[in-house]
Amino acid sequence: MAKPAPTRTPMREQDPGVRARNFDEVPHGYSPEEAAAEAQRCLRCKKPTCVNGCPVEVDIPGFIGAIAEGRLWDAMTVMKRTNVLPAICGRVCPQETQCEGECVLAKKMEPVAIGNLERFIADWEAEQNECVMCEKLPPTGRKVAVIGAGPAGLTVAGDCLKFGHEVTVFEALHAPGGVLVYGIPEFRLPKSIVEREVNFIRDTGAKLVTNFVVGMTRTIAELLEDFDAVFVGTGAGRPWFMELPGENALGIYSANEYLTRSNLMKAYLFPEYDTPIVRGKRVATIGGGNVAMDSARTALRLGAEESIIVYRRSRQEMPAREAEIHHAEQEGIRFEFLTNPVRYVANKQGWVEALECLRMELGEPDASGRRRPVPVKGSEFRIPVDTVVVAIGNSPNPLIPQTTPGLEVSKRGTIVVDPATGRTSKKGVFAGGDIVTGAATVILAMGAGRIAANSIDEYLKTGNWQDPTGSQ
Amino acid sequence: MSRILKKELLAPGIKRFELDAPDVARKARPGQFVVLRIHERGERIPLTIADTRPEDGVVVIVFLEVGKTTRELGELEAGQEIMDFIGPLGRPSEIENFGTAVCVAGGVGTPEIYPVARALKQAGNRVIAIIGFRSQALVTMETEMRSVSDELIVTTDDGSYGRKGFVTDALNELLARGEKPGRVFAVGPVIMMKMVAECTRAAGVPTVASLNPIMVDATGMCGVCRCTVGGEMKLACVDGPEFDAHQVDFDELLTRLKVYLPEEKRALEHWQEGHGTCRCAGKEAGNG
Repeated sequence: MAKPAPTRTPMREQDPGVRARNFDEVPHGYSPEEAAAEAQRCLRCKKPTCVNGCPVEVDIPGFIGAIAEGRLWDAMTVMKRTNVLPAICGRVCPQETQCEGECVLAKKMEPVAIGNLERFIADWEAEQNECVMCEKLPPTGRKVAVIGAGPAGLTVAGDCLKFGHEVTVFEALHAPGGVLVYGIPEFRLPKSIVEREVNFIRDTGAKLVTNFVVGMTRTIAELLEDFDAVFVGTGAGRPWFMELPGENALGIYSANEYLTRSNLMKAYLFPEYDTPIVRGKRVATIGGGNVAMDSARTALRLGAEESIIVYRRSRQEMPAREAEIHHAEQEGIRFEFLTNPVRYVANKQGWVEALECLRMELGEPDASGRRRPVPVKGSEFRIPVDTVVVAIGNSPNPLIPQTTPGLEVSKRGTIVVDPATGRTSKKGVFAGGDIVTGAATVILAMGAGRIAANSIDEYLKTGNWQDPTGSQ
Repeated sequence: MSRILKKELLAPGIKRFELDAPDVARKARPGQFVVLRIHERGERIPLTIADTRPEDGVVVIVFLEVGKTTRELGELEAGQEIMDFIGPLGRPSEIENFGTAVCVAGGVGTPEIYPVARALKQAGNRVIAIIGFRSQALVTMETEMRSVSDELIVTTDDGSYGRKGFVTDALNELLARGEKPGRVFAVGPVIMMKMVAECTRAAGVPTVASLNPIMVDATGMCGVCRCTVGGEMKLACVDGPEFDAHQVDFDELLTRLKVYLPEEKRALEHWQEGHGTCRCAGKEAGNG
């Protein structure tokens, strides 16, 4: 095998100046030739380390090898054995800290662009007139209810269908996808792609029930009358606010609200769509994660003249993916690092007009290992704004914990599970994703879904239930 | 999908729908609400549940046509369907025997307080209801309210029917004549609920108000319905919609309800301009 090229095949993108004003997807994807060239950089290690970095254990050398040899259908068949959401994962997984971070090439040169190749093969399949169906085991007659049609729930649904169980997915919103449809913007994950992968799970045999709020429309106890097992994947629902004076002024959004209006409700197309959104001229987004980047970049696309990220630490501590920060910088987002808001200033009509902030400096490392920001005395200053998006995280959605007696919940409101099995304190009930971990990533939720699905299958076969939280 | 089984005009601009929504009907309790979205391009709006008939799978909603969405809703006829109908949402009203319970409603708050009044009556309360309207033409649900109340007082702002004045005038009279209600329930315009809270604060009568902030998902996810209650931030969708009226910052709620006034006007105009033409065919959403 020839020595791999030291740099990966670049993916073409929309020009930053153009894309900052539209909602179209930023990267264009690989052509088959580009994909083949990139796939040929893979050494096809006998003991591939990349797979260890993947929470759903995709056979990475298997599908990349098939692409390198031009066997694209084979590549897709390999992919779908372990991952039913490849077009999504290829776009939103943090590959640099997972599969690509473990790639042996990464020690000496750029790792294989595994994410780009995953995206390529999924998009290629979508352009064909047929698709690879999952192989299913014979029907077991057992019924599984999945609550929440986000990344964790869809993974459980896909896996349980393969095991031969009947699956019904209940979704509170009017569209399936969870954070993939309400949270992640069109320019990063087109909704048509989510729809396609959700449709695949439906075609595999899942029944999808939208507009069904478990906890309210029916409780888990009631679902257990009709289903043999229940998986809870209801996500990190409730937004955190800064809890600063003036936070209820007009023009101040949680990131959940801002992104839900724009993404799920298509407020960027108002008045063709009915849901409005404030099209601020000077928008400040508080936070340093991927959601903050998504919000600040959405603000630009909604017409902001200036979109500012306010973050209390420095660039290197930002939890957002490097690629997202890079994209934001390219598009002209202004970053105010080492800056912490202390209050909101509103005008007489109740609209926010400034964000009062303190400058920070980095002190000793805190529990997270990151240097803790310490306020600089007397450094108060104001950022004039007409819109603020608070993107500092979420706590778990309270509806199910509140309405499910016997379900053990942590002080933070997360559902307590045995991490090895996803089993909760309530017999027949499993959980995974952000409702268990607090706000995390799509792929970690999918990994938790995979673990829970295996454990559900085992429970349905054996009927054995051990108390995962007890001392046994 | 929820099919409209029956449509009635209760008063000018006030419509009543019976909808086929068995899942909602089975679980709904007084004080809870639904969220609906008429069609693919619609917004999600919350509406209080006005009644249910669980055995028939029926949910009743009553709404006042104010903006684009409620007017469009009002144009639907029996037999047509509402695309998304979600519920029940919110915490139910706290129903127990308070001795005497007073239900105060203004305008379209009347059909919304009806199931609360009925439940209070069934729980053994002596129910006094005060329902207020701008004028006689807008009086709705009087017979129904009378059937679940020991005493019913109807007020109109202009005196064209019942007692002239506001619901708070009647409430003040009740308190002045020595009534000692164990609980007052207020449902209606924010300003009315604020005034009710002021009436009962001095008398020390526990009072709850059903708040009506803007909502999107209404499951606790977006935070737009945040209200200040007793100095704390609460979400009306999952922590409410009913709160201790003496603790609610009604002025903040009034301000927050105005956030989209320009957009609401624009949406209505946009809809009226396109009215009469078929909106479903061949009209592509412009992407800027």
